[in-house]
Amino acid sequence: MCKKLIVALVAILASSNLWAQNAGGDIEMADAMRANGMIYVVVAVAAVVMIGLLAFVFATDRKISRVEKELKEK
Amino acid sequence: MIALFYKSWWKVLTVILLLYTILGGFLMPVPKLPILHETIRNMNFHVALWFAMMIILTFSVVYSIRYLRNPTPQNDDFAVETANVGIVIGMLGITTGSIWARFTWGDWWVQDPKLNGAAVAMLIYLAYLILRGSLPDQQQRARISAIYNIFAYGMLIPLLYILPRLKGVDSLHPGQGGNPGFSAYDLDNNLRKVFYPAVFGWTLLGLWIASLRIRIRMVEHTLSEKMAVNG
Repeated sequence: MCKKLIVALVAILASSNLWAQNAGGDIEMADAMRANGMIYVVVAVAAVVMIGLLAFVFATDRKISRVEKELKEK
Repeated sequence: MIALFYKSWWKVLTVILLLYTILGGFLMPVPKLPILHETIRNMNFHVALWFAMMIILTFSVVYSIRYLRNPTPQNDDFAVETANVGIVIGMLGITTGSIWARFTWGDWWVQDPKLNGAAVAMLIYLAYLILRGSLPDQQQRARISAIYNIFAYGMLIPLLYILPRLKGVDSLHPGQGGNPGFSAYDLDNNLRKVFYPAVFGWTLLGLWIASLRIRIRMVEHTLSEKMAVNG
């Protein structure tokens, strides 16, 4: 049930907004990251920070699980 | 509740919601408003954090009440760690609000009932931690701080939601004293699509961190029990 919930949620979130981007311009190419005053670069940076912090919380979670397991075995 | 600590589906959900918050928060189209400009995107961070704080502090007071009805160390652990996370989120709310105020209202802090109310509320919760720190006996600490927590939560509601809205009170903050409220932005569908997932995501992250700290406390309890048995 929970997995279905997550899948449904991802589908809803992914379909709710799609951002079209204006390719082209004068000379510069592969412009997605340079569009709109390069805001996408900031978005990428913020996303990396978020991923990093969440990964750290996840690692802490695993570490505590390990300690709990050790304590149970003793 | 404890069984949920070891499930991973809601942690995956947290990650998805928060990444969506970052991506959607920066990239979605927002209403064009004077003064605010792009800073309206702070809704997904500053405002969503305050919502998350309220939800998490509600968890805290619920577990304080549960402690008074059923005084187990676990209920106390739940109450104090959710309060801890709530306080951290509240501090982030004040700091982010201050930055936002600097660039929209022109100052880091303005004498405003909503802002001062939030500051007083934070001080009341800090006193909760100081009170806990000053009581050495575990049961006494848990019981007295549970009662204090109920009063602290009881002060939070008037400080944040009633006093700033009283008739005749002027406030710059949206939603108070005749200012266009949160509902004015809420009408915007694009904003809502990110805002509610953001509130949910920040709340889940707070609860996740609280759950980790509760688990550390449970390990500590087990350790001290073993020490007592082994002499």
